[in-house]
Amino acid sequence: MAGNAQLDTSSNPARLRISGDWTLAHYTRLKQQTEQLAGQYDAQTAIDLDEVSSIDTAGASLLVDLLGAERVSQLTDTAHKLPAADRALLQTVYASLRDFCVPVKVPQQNICILLLSRIGGAVYKLWQDSLQLLGFIGLILQTLARNLFRPKQWRITPMVAHIEQIGLNAAPIVVLLTFMVGAVVAFLGATVLANFGAGIFTVDLVAFSFLREFGVLLTAILLAGRTASAFTAQIGSMKANEEIDAIRTLGLDPMDLLVLPRVLALLIALPLLTFLAMMAGILGGAVVCVVSLGISPDMFISLLHSDIGVQHFLVGMVKAPFFAFLIAAVGCLEGFKVSGSAESVGEHTTSSVVQSIFIVIVLDAVAALFFMEMGW
Amino acid sequence: MQAPREAIIEVRGLCNRFGSQAVHENLDLDVYKGEILGVVGGSGTGKSVLLRSIVGLRRPTEGQVRVFGQDLLSLPEEARSKIERRFGVLFQSGALFSSLTVTENIALPLIEHAGLSRPDAEHLACVKLALAGLPLSAADKYPSMLSGGMIKRAALARALALDPDILFLDEPTAGLDPIGAAAFDQLILTLRDAMGLSVFLVTHDLDTLYTITDRVAVLSQKRVLVAAPIKQVEDYDDPWIHEYFHGPRGRAAYEAATKIKEQ
Repeated sequence: MAGNAQLDTSSNPARLRISGDWTLAHYTRLKQQTEQLAGQYDAQTAIDLDEVSSIDTAGASLLVDLLGAERVSQLTDTAHKLPAADRALLQTVYASLRDFCVPVKVPQQNICILLLSRIGGAVYKLWQDSLQLLGFIGLILQTLARNLFRPKQWRITPMVAHIEQIGLNAAPIVVLLTFMVGAVVAFLGATVLANFGAGIFTVDLVAFSFLREFGVLLTAILLAGRTASAFTAQIGSMKANEEIDAIRTLGLDPMDLLVLPRVLALLIALPLLTFLAMMAGILGGAVVCVVSLGISPDMFISLLHSDIGVQHFLVGMVKAPFFAFLIAAVGCLEGFKVSGSAESVGEHTTSSVVQSIFIVIVLDAVAALFFMEMGW
Repeated sequence: MQAPREAIIEVRGLCNRFGSQAVHENLDLDVYKGEILGVVGGSGTGKSVLLRSIVGLRRPTEGQVRVFGQDLLSLPEEARSKIERRFGVLFQSGALFSSLTVTENIALPLIEHAGLSRPDAEHLACVKLALAGLPLSAADKYPSMLSGGMIKRAALARALALDPDILFLDEPTAGLDPIGAAAFDQLILTLRDAMGLSVFLVTHDLDTLYTITDRVAVLSQKRVLVAAPIKQVEDYDDPWIHEYFHGPRGRAAYEAATKIKEQ
């Protein structure tokens, strides 16, 4: 039977009849009833709990809200028809609610002030993040310098494992991606340059763009998405699980144990992948040249020999270690920033990918300017 | 006690194997309505695995688990969800949702299943928090900001959210201070008496076993060795059981419980 609360005003003093199931299933309706009844009765009103058939914590809390804690505590002594168990429940709920009031919500702030404080917070956070990243880079270099001359401290096994994960396992996707982009660049070049009768320069276009820029940039962006996120998630869930603290209490250094192998692995893997990417890109371009421009493979190679100096290859390759170092540093640092929750792991993983891609592109643009001014 | 009682959980011929390692072989167990069943056993005897098999988180290798007379694993999704709403489970490490505050954790099932509005659900969540003995200041905190004991209490509050019929507790008093643990025991007793709860209690806390359990099931040798009131279990002829209940800790807990009962 559904719960009910009825005020009977015919008798004097008035009687408040409470009956039926006071359970979670009827909560919404009972809540409305009790809200209507509020203020309609006073301390003189007799309260009748005799017809209550069942009660659970939800119902009991409603009764406490309706009648007030004091009234309920009296009732639990006087309502003898109520089973002892139900009285005990009422008593438990009233006793635990006695010193416990519902939290007061903070009033909403002015939206302009809120907006300004958000902007201020974001700027401050950017500043703090930059400082932290610089500090962390310093810490990595320091640890690296300390361990460089202590071969016993070198952690070869985890480093090789990481190289396999981030280098070898990423090779197929890097090669496929750059091959496709190489083909697309060649198509673009063929279409535009053919109008000027300069279709043959497609070879230069592909080779220049992949050796100087695309090879390293595409690889770095791919690894920023693939590896920075993995580093953050790995270190972050260790942090959330107090494993980092365990490492510290064992007298070990997480920088040494977790960060260095990852940084070194990426420092080795990214240049190797960059080389693969350059080759695959040029191969993609070559295939398009052969198929749609009628340039024979021999001619393609001899054009490469005559037009493209080795410095273009070096300009591309020299950027790879810098990108690798920054991607690894951002990935690891974001991992250490994780606090407790699963949500925080996700948040910092996103942030590490966004940051590392941003840094890679900015650094690449600065490097392009620099190399151009130097005439390399 | 001798009258035929209604079994709400029936485990028959349960086998659980991990690869070649068998954890349970032909395990039978009943949980009756309104009782508090303590489940004990050495480490690695599969107490938690048994709990997971009953609540349907793990498909047993063989055997049958019937809850409220129905085989949970063979039911369609919707019917199963309906039965699962009558479970309250307190996991060993709390398993609170780390991205929600304590109040939101408890309000979630209330909003999803009981169809309450958010303010109502949060109000009820506060009631459960108070019941579980958490201070108000914990209500808006995230689980990562709570101490171990508070996480246990918050997890109990969530297990109680839907006023379940069966409460599964996996080592609820581990990590609580003695005062907190005793209050926890009393709370479970009160709730059982008031709501006719059945409680499936995995524990190593001898005080809890002596104070609140109606029966104790001992898991050993891959099955339930004995399931009986604690006095009978104590006298069961098995070296492990003897050491468990007659060791210094067992004796101390027994004497403490007797003293409390005398008072």
